[in-house]
Amino acid sequence: MKRNATAIVGAAESTNMGKLPNMSQIQIHADSALNALADCGLTINDIDGVATAGHNAVELAHYMGITPTWVDGTSVGGCSFMLHVRHAAAAIEAGLCTTALITHGESGRHWIGRHGSPIFPSLFQMQFEQPYGVSRPPTMFTIPVMRYMADYGLTEEQLASVAVVQREWAGFHPRASFRDPITVDDVLGSKMICYPFRLLMCCLVTDGGGALIMTSAERAKDFPNKPVYIRGTGESAETPLISQMADFTSSQAFRVAGATAFENAGISHGDVDHLMIYDAFAHLPLYGLEDLGFVGRGEAGAFIADGNTRPGGQLPLNTNGGGLSYMHSGMYGMYALQEGVRQMRGTSPAQIKDAEISVVHGVGGMFAASGTIVMSNVT
Amino acid sequence: MSSDGRVIPTPTPETQHYWDGAKIGELRLQSCNSCGKVYFPPRPFCPECGSRDVVVMKASGRGRLFSYVINHLPTPGFEPPFAIAVVELDEGPRLMSNIVGCPQTPEALKIDMPLEVTFETLNDEITLPQFKPAS
Repeated sequence: MKRNATAIVGAAESTNMGKLPNMSQIQIHADSALNALADCGLTINDIDGVATAGHNAVELAHYMGITPTWVDGTSVGGCSFMLHVRHAAAAIEAGLCTTALITHGESGRHWIGRHGSPIFPSLFQMQFEQPYGVSRPPTMFTIPVMRYMADYGLTEEQLASVAVVQREWAGFHPRASFRDPITVDDVLGSKMICYPFRLLMCCLVTDGGGALIMTSAERAKDFPNKPVYIRGTGESAETPLISQMADFTSSQAFRVAGATAFENAGISHGDVDHLMIYDAFAHLPLYGLEDLGFVGRGEAGAFIADGNTRPGGQLPLNTNGGGLSYMHSGMYGMYALQEGVRQMRGTSPAQIKDAEISVVHGVGGMFAASGTIVMSNVT
Repeated sequence: MSSDGRVIPTPTPETQHYWDGAKIGELRLQSCNSCGKVYFPPRPFCPECGSRDVVVMKASGRGRLFSYVINHLPTPGFEPPFAIAVVELDEGPRLMSNIVGCPQTPEALKIDMPLEVTFETLNDEITLPQFKPAS
C-alpha cells in the first residue's frame, strides 16, 4: 500500500459513553457518524463508502441514507476497525470510493437493538471448548497467561501494574469511565474473576461508539482538521480457538500484522512517539509490546512495572486509559484509533508533545485476529 | 445443551470419529501419511501440508498441564471455582480440558504436571474426554 496516500479527516466518539439506556445500537452508530461528519464539515451526501463490524453494513448505509459504491462488513472482533481503515485506504487508492465512513456502535452494557456476538460462531469452539465451561471472554482470553508466567517469570504484581499505569493515563481524560488512581494492591485485592485475573485486570463493559471519515491525502488538505495520514497498515488472523494458539506466549496474528505495518510505513521502533495496544485484559499490552518488537520476549512485564509506559515515560502507551479504564463496549478498537487521531491532531487531553507517529494495534476475538495502523501528521 | 445449561457437543461428519472414539474410551487424533503431522481438531486433510491422505489414530492419552485458569464466574453445569485447562498431549497436539480428581487450586494445579485422559459421560450420545493427574 502506498504510504500516506489517504488520511483520516473526520473523527468522533458518540455524544455520550458509558451507560446509554435510551439508545439502540444502530443509533449509536448514527450518533457517532453524525459527530464525525460535523467534525470535518461534510454531509451524508459526501459519503460513498461504508464499513462497520458487529452490525449489518447494509443497515448502516440505509439508516444513514447513504448509497455506497464500496461496502465492507469485515467483522473479526475488536480490531475490525483497524482492518476497515486498511481496506478503506486500499479502496480509496483504487478508486472504489472517494470518502469512506467507518462506524462503531455497541450497546455492550444494555443490549438494546443488539443481537448476539459480533463474530461468527466457531463450530470447533462449540464442540471442543464450550463443553469445558468457557463462556465469556474472561474465561478464554486469559488461558495462555499461566504458561507465559511459567516460561518468563511474569508476576501477578507486574500484571497488576498494567492496570495501575493505565489508570494514571485515564486520569487525564474527562470522558474516561474510571479516573481515580489505583495501586497494585487495589488490583490484586479486587474480586477474583478467573485466576490469576482479578476484576481490575479485566476490561469495562459499556455502551458507546465512534466513527472515522477517510479520503485521499490530496483532498485531506482542504479540511478544517490537521490530516492524519495512514502511513502503514497490517492485518492477520490465527485461530478462533484459544486452545489452538500456536505459541501461548506470543500471538502469530500480532507478529504478522505488526511487522507488515512497520515495513509498509518504513519506520523502526525508535520512530514511534505514541502507542496504543488494545487491552481487553491486562496481559494484552505485554503480548503487544513483545510481538510488535518494542521489547524482547519476556521483558514486557518489567518494562511496564518499571514505569516506561506511564506519563513521562519513554514510550507512552494507551494514553486514554484503554479498555481497562477509558471504555470498552465490546469492540474497543475504535477508541484506540480515536486516541491515535487525537494525538496526531494534538488534541488529546493526555497530549504527547510533538508526537508525529502513532501506532495503533488491535486484537480481534481471543488472539484470533489482529490489525495494526501507523498514523502520522507529517508526510 | 443439557438440562443444566451445559453445552453438549454436536458432531459434524468430519468430527464424528472423535466422538465415536470417546464413547468407547479412546482419545483419537489424526495423522498425515504424507508429512507425518499429528493434528487436532479433526478434519479430513492435513492442516500442515494439505494432503487428504490422513488416518485416524488412537492417542496415548498422556500429556502435561500446559496452561489453565480457575474460573470463578457462574457457569451453567459447573460449580465454580473450577479449572479450565489446555493439555499438551505426548503426541504434540493440545486440547482443552477440565482437570478432574484434584483440588481446583493453584497449589494443586502445577504447570507441566503429568496428566492422563479419563472420560465423562454427558448423555447417551456424547462422552467427553477429560484429564486427571497421572497415576
